[in-house]
Amino acid sequence: MRFLSSSPEDRIPARAGVGLKAEHYRTIIDTAPDVGFFEVHAENYMGAGGPPHRYLSAVRERYPLSLHGVGLSIGADRPLDEDHIKRLGELRRRYTPGLFSEHLAWSTHDAGFLNDLLPVPYTSGTLQRVVEHIDQVQTALGCEMLLENPSTYVAFVESTYAETDFIAEVARRSGCGLLLDVNNVFVASTNQQWDPVAYIEGYPLASVKEIHLAGNRRQADEIGRPLLIDTHDRPVEDAVWYLYELAIRLIGPVPTLIEWDAEVPPWPTLAGEAERAEAIMAANRPEMPRDAAAC
Amino acid sequence: MQPLAELQRSFAAALLDPALPTPAGLVGPDGKPSSRRFAVYRNNVIVGLTQTLKDAYPAVHGIVGSEFFLALARAYVVGDLPRSPMLFDYGAGFPDFIGQFEPASVLPYLADVARIERAWTEAYHAAEASPIGLSAFVEIAPDRIPAITLELHPSVRIVRSRFPALTIWQMNVDGGIPGPVDLAAGGENAIVVRPEADVEVRSIPNGSPEFIHALASGRPVLAAFEEANAADPTFDLSANLSDLILAGMVVGFGFAQEPLGT
Amino acid sequence: MSNRTLNAMVAGAFAVAVGTLVATSATAQGKADMEKMMKEKQAQTMKAMQGGKMEKCFGVALKGQNDCYAGAGTTCAGTSTVDYQGNAFKLEPKGTCTTMNTPKGAGSLTPKA
Repeated sequence: MRFLSSSPEDRIPARAGVGLKAEHYRTIIDTAPDVGFFEVHAENYMGAGGPPHRYLSAVRERYPLSLHGVGLSIGADRPLDEDHIKRLGELRRRYTPGLFSEHLAWSTHDAGFLNDLLPVPYTSGTLQRVVEHIDQVQTALGCEMLLENPSTYVAFVESTYAETDFIAEVARRSGCGLLLDVNNVFVASTNQQWDPVAYIEGYPLASVKEIHLAGNRRQADEIGRPLLIDTHDRPVEDAVWYLYELAIRLIGPVPTLIEWDAEVPPWPTLAGEAERAEAIMAANRPEMPRDAAAC
Repeated sequence: MQPLAELQRSFAAALLDPALPTPAGLVGPDGKPSSRRFAVYRNNVIVGLTQTLKDAYPAVHGIVGSEFFLALARAYVVGDLPRSPMLFDYGAGFPDFIGQFEPASVLPYLADVARIERAWTEAYHAAEASPIGLSAFVEIAPDRIPAITLELHPSVRIVRSRFPALTIWQMNVDGGIPGPVDLAAGGENAIVVRPEADVEVRSIPNGSPEFIHALASGRPVLAAFEEANAADPTFDLSANLSDLILAGMVVGFGFAQEPLGT
Repeated sequence: MSNRTLNAMVAGAFAVAVGTLVATSATAQGKADMEKMMKEKQAQTMKAMQGGKMEKCFGVALKGQNDCYAGAGTTCAGTSTVDYQGNAFKLEPKGTCTTMNTPKGAGSLTPKA
């Protein structure tokens, strides 16, 4: 499938960006910090009007924007919400994001929206459904979407694919791009007792157009095995930085987002995390930056 | 192998009902069931949605305290999940639920305080529109005035209460200082609007809710006045009109085609 | 009240409201001045907004409610059963307005603390 390409100023540079939080609207508008881009959760800007749009418009005037959906429920075995796809289309027209991404997860059921990124079994049935849904979204939006690998806390006995193989097959069949969330790799690998290095090496890296980095918290299950929770409420941990560097060594610099969504710290802390990511990109194949415009 | 739809049905049911067992087929790395791992999802759903309600209803939270609020919100959440993924819009049914929540019946005004908070949220996210000023009306011939219809700002919301709900709301939001309130002092009507960037909450006199409701449903000034007058014979049309316009609640006007008669 | 009286009353009240009762009809020149003034004010507001200097133009920044993180995994929020109607756990709202006069006389918002 071919899509219209974004105009140059909409492109997301192969630099570090930061998740846009209400706590930092003023600082960003007033001081115009030097970051590559901002990313927002699409659903928070689906109201008709009001302050959220005023702030986002002001930020968008100065920065490239990446749109990250958290409510499409691509992994659900039920039709996608067409109204929701329309709302995404309106946001895309209004803010001209350089990238649009969503999760390999489900969140909507007959009872309503469950407000969590729930896991799917990796089977041929799920694969078919996910590919159909991505087709539908890409056709409706007229752009390529990126699919993000999940943090998971359970496994399904029915799964017949390894997660990386499943995602590679989705990308191959649907033509979607990929978002590699390195913290999710570490969380899922710890929880499922996979080798995170092998995960990164086995990920379809050629399709990766964005990376996410975030913090997690360590707990234990009922028999004392580590259970990492994808909390986004603290700095990126060293193991995740290590895996990130591995990924950048393999693919070169790509747009990299610092996600910090709870216990949001003052701006300089986030700027510091972004600088650390940029330093890693500067040290690894800087001559091959993969700036991205898929949407 | 169970079909995906079946699996998701049992997953969703178990998420919302802690009395149900962990769905079959969900395992830890050893291939054995792990309820502790499934509990992460259960907690996320409940914590996320109760936190959303807490953010949307800060005065209700302040009035009842954390422990009560969590129990109240949880009882609501499992019976009325969001119908869309737009969480800023979640909780429209919460005020009515509070009104029927037996343990909250000792605070009979609580549902009305929640209605003010809901109106605030709706006004915050309502569409933009440009208020028009008094000058827009100066050239209208007097004989056409009774047929004027006013287009109100999309953010306008009205809350009526048998209790001093507005006073109680003010005492329990940011910067408010809780103090004694005379519940027998009579009801209060609130109007909520966001003419520019900020949501404004004002007290309005008797008759105004009827007046504004009539205008909002497209009725001309004359008919709206009659309804307001029936509700309160002391209704002051001039004051209400100028307040409405000066507060930025009017964004356009037209003329009714319907006969005006009384 | 006759229709005619009512109409006249409404027209009169409206005229008072918009401040034209005394100067029964504003001149076209007056209206043009007013519009010019409003346009200038709008231009100033736009300029201030673009400069990012006007707090009021943006409004209160509430945090977004949709997120993609997992929160508070340590709590048992989703796994405990709360029987709020049973006798075992009788919920009582705290109440922050310390005292209150109820229709039946002085009462307390903190019942049987």
